[in-house]
Amino acid sequence: MTSLGRLSWDSIPLHEPIVMVTAGVLFVVLLGTGATILFKGWLPYLWREWITSVDHKRIGVMYCLLALVMLIRGFADALMMRSHQAMAVGTGKGFLPPDHYDQIFSAHGTIMIFFVAMPFMIGLMNFAVPLQLGVRDVAFPTLNSVSFWLTATGVLLINTSLVVGEFARTGWLVYPPLSERAFSPGVGVDYYLWALQISGAGTLLGGINLVTTILKMRAPGMRYTRMPIFCWTALASNLLIVAAFPILTATLTMLTLDRYLGFHFFTNEAGGNQMLFVNLIWAWGHPEVYILVLPAFGIFSEIIATFSGKPLFGYRSMVLATLAICVLSFMVWLHHFFTMGAGADVNGVFGVMTMIIAVPTGVKVFNWLFTMYGGRLRFEVPMLWAVAFIPTFVVGGMTGVLLAVPPADFVLHNSVFLVAHFHNVIIGGVLFAAFAGYSYWFPKAFGFRLHDGWGKAAAVLWVSGFYLAFMPLYALGLMGMTRRLQHYDNPAWQPWLVAAWLGALLILGGIASLAMQLYVSVRERRSLVDESGDPWDGRTLEWATRSPPPPWNFARLPQVEGRDALALMKRGEAEKAPDPLEPIEMPRNSAYGFVGAFFTYLTGFALVWHIWWLVVLGMLAGFATTLWIAWHQPGVQEIGVDELRALEPAA
Amino acid sequence: MSASPRWFAVAPIALAGCSGGVLDPRGPVARAEKQILFDSVGAMLLIVVPVMLATLAFAWWFRAGNSRARYRPDWDYSGKLELLIWSVPAMIVLFLGGTGWVGAHLLDPRRAIPATAAPIEVQVVALDWKWLFLYPGQRVATVNRLVVPAGTPIHFRLTSATVMNSFFVPQLGSQIYAMAGMEAQLRLAADRPGRYPGIAAHYSGKGFSDMTFTVDALPAAQFSAWVAQARAAPPLDEARYRQLARRGTVAQPLVFGTAPTRLFDAIVAQRAPAAERPRDASNQGEADAEAGQ
Repeated sequence: MTSLGRLSWDSIPLHEPIVMVTAGVLFVVLLGTGATILFKGWLPYLWREWITSVDHKRIGVMYCLLALVMLIRGFADALMMRSHQAMAVGTGKGFLPPDHYDQIFSAHGTIMIFFVAMPFMIGLMNFAVPLQLGVRDVAFPTLNSVSFWLTATGVLLINTSLVVGEFARTGWLVYPPLSERAFSPGVGVDYYLWALQISGAGTLLGGINLVTTILKMRAPGMRYTRMPIFCWTALASNLLIVAAFPILTATLTMLTLDRYLGFHFFTNEAGGNQMLFVNLIWAWGHPEVYILVLPAFGIFSEIIATFSGKPLFGYRSMVLATLAICVLSFMVWLHHFFTMGAGADVNGVFGVMTMIIAVPTGVKVFNWLFTMYGGRLRFEVPMLWAVAFIPTFVVGGMTGVLLAVPPADFVLHNSVFLVAHFHNVIIGGVLFAAFAGYSYWFPKAFGFRLHDGWGKAAAVLWVSGFYLAFMPLYALGLMGMTRRLQHYDNPAWQPWLVAAWLGALLILGGIASLAMQLYVSVRERRSLVDESGDPWDGRTLEWATRSPPPPWNFARLPQVEGRDALALMKRGEAEKAPDPLEPIEMPRNSAYGFVGAFFTYLTGFALVWHIWWLVVLGMLAGFATTLWIAWHQPGVQEIGVDELRALEPAA
Repeated sequence: MSASPRWFAVAPIALAGCSGGVLDPRGPVARAEKQILFDSVGAMLLIVVPVMLATLAFAWWFRAGNSRARYRPDWDYSGKLELLIWSVPAMIVLFLGGTGWVGAHLLDPRRAIPATAAPIEVQVVALDWKWLFLYPGQRVATVNRLVVPAGTPIHFRLTSATVMNSFFVPQLGSQIYAMAGMEAQLRLAADRPGRYPGIAAHYSGKGFSDMTFTVDALPAAQFSAWVAQARAAPPLDEARYRQLARRGTVAQPLVFGTAPTRLFDAIVAQRAPAAERPRDASNQGEADAEAGQ
């Protein structure tokens, strides 16, 4: 047994029927998918076109797919919690024992933030930003593949914890000392640490990639002041990733040292200080909120302008507001713990700083309103999400500012009011944006639209479900209900929790509608086909190429003459590029990301279980892969003018 | 969606009557905090409600099918409007910032509550998963039941002998973290006699949900009688404390006739007898693995 470290047959939770049934279903689905791929002979295609692809569009699509799959996992956790709390009153203790319930809320938060919201936003940025900039790929295409596969490794590791061992029972931010070995001796926190370290490295590399792309690779004439607003928000978001994720890495490393090597950064004993962890984790955690929501703002800005048939109102204000939020987001982290006993001056300063963020955010809301003003609004599915977003986000913003008032936070901190607030901004802001962006750019990615009716059904169910699920939590927070309760005594809370549970069921309907929409759309793709490449009468360059775009995006790099480059071209105010075609250099596929991620997974798994020989083996193999790649650069392939002309008759 | 602003205006009023929560304050701190809550929401509704109405109105009026709406495909800038949309949120934030700043000072947890009665001191220790209350003046101690005289400010000194927690009585106001090796301070008061629920407001592990306590605010005379009665209870000695410090919940509140005078300071200084930590039964396989190293 010692050769497998802490791993043994006892690590598999055979006594937990819910886990075992889930795992069983998961295995059947995975085996079924695998068998189908093998027997239908799809594997070479998948390997060539997706797994080893370094095309930013393919990688973007895979990020979004990953997010959608993990949304189902995260939502399953949410539904279990809502069902449990709806019945766990008084002597009825629900159906989940504390050990399981505590893992579920920890996993729900971790998965939804790191493996749903993040990959969805990163995926949409990956897909759309190079197209909007009028370029052929990101700055470092192979690195992009590495980023994605590291994120996928984190996902795999966290899902392994479902079947082998356990997940953390510490909440999604693993506050010490509870997460220290003295209080959490199991492997749960270790799964958390390594899954996040690995995917965090991927996120950081991705951030560097997109920042470089936006700063250094824009189409001729695409000055900063002509960039689509989504590119601006992507720039701000990725700058935040580059600045904030190293803090997360360092913080988690310190906790790892505590747990693995007996250090005392955050322990109760030997001079450790838990307040240090809380400060550090939120020094990453608050910018993280804006890493998620800034691209969401960008998506809505694009959608509202497009479907209003107008340029965005107050472009310069919007850019200024975005950058102001980017800077301010680093100056407010303390509002996550006003109740830690800091003095009134400190709490006051951070309260006021937090409220100041509401100014640029408010400006954005007004800009969207005045973009609609004087427009000719088409309520396609992406626009429905946008119109649902504005009032929802305004409520979430209001409760957020309320929580920034220190004395109000003293009574609302850690309550389900807070839970309602951050779901209000993350679902109403980030997730609605993700779905809006998904339905907006889907025709560009695949050449056919998503089914309209199912899209509208999804929007209606999600929006109503959200309100029904979370408005009661605001009320419960005011009634004194704190978060993460496995059971409670107050019978007055139950009706509200039952309402919230019904809301979760509506959201389940929303998710089912999204799944149906995808299925129906693929089945009816011929009738939903978009030949034009510009199904929404778009204003930015991603709609200037065909759908799906060729690997090189544009046969000729577009000449940008002003803001809303495509809208100008359509008016004939900008000349279509007159240059002759030139040969294009495209990066070749690379298996590095996938193979490297495989060895990273082995290493991560071995670290969790203290299987030291496998740690060494995994690291050596990963390093060898890196060396091998360094000497066998796949390099670039050239596409000649004749070939290009044959492939792109329109060019 | 249009229902939400109305909902928000009505809900607090509907809740105020029925709950035992923060909208039903029973002390000066909670009352002030509720006032701040309402003032802030009110100020923000001034801007939130018009924005919501405008969203719906613009979305409706400027729909593509409305031929009466004027289409202005190039209108994307107005200096006056820009000035307005930066200054309106700024004004609201100026007001709220003032409220927040002044409130943070007036309701600083350490700030003394003006009252005629002299404050009594209660030392609070977060344990896994119960609350230990030590009364240095009265020399008694309780677990999961906090008895205080009504109308008298209480000066809490708080720490934890285990993981981080948060001490919170929603109807009395401000919560504050209790952390090992550190001492926090909090001052609260109950206006009148009554029984108020108290909770652990920071997740602390398996027994967290059962880590509740009751606050009994008694008239001053009854409080003295309660103290006299409590003195007859068995003492909190080292063995008993060690037992309390072990992970687990207690079914009923406990009372102790005497408690060591320096116990709280010893806990803060981490010199108190520590409970040996039995391995959590749910970490099956854990003990073997640990032994194997």
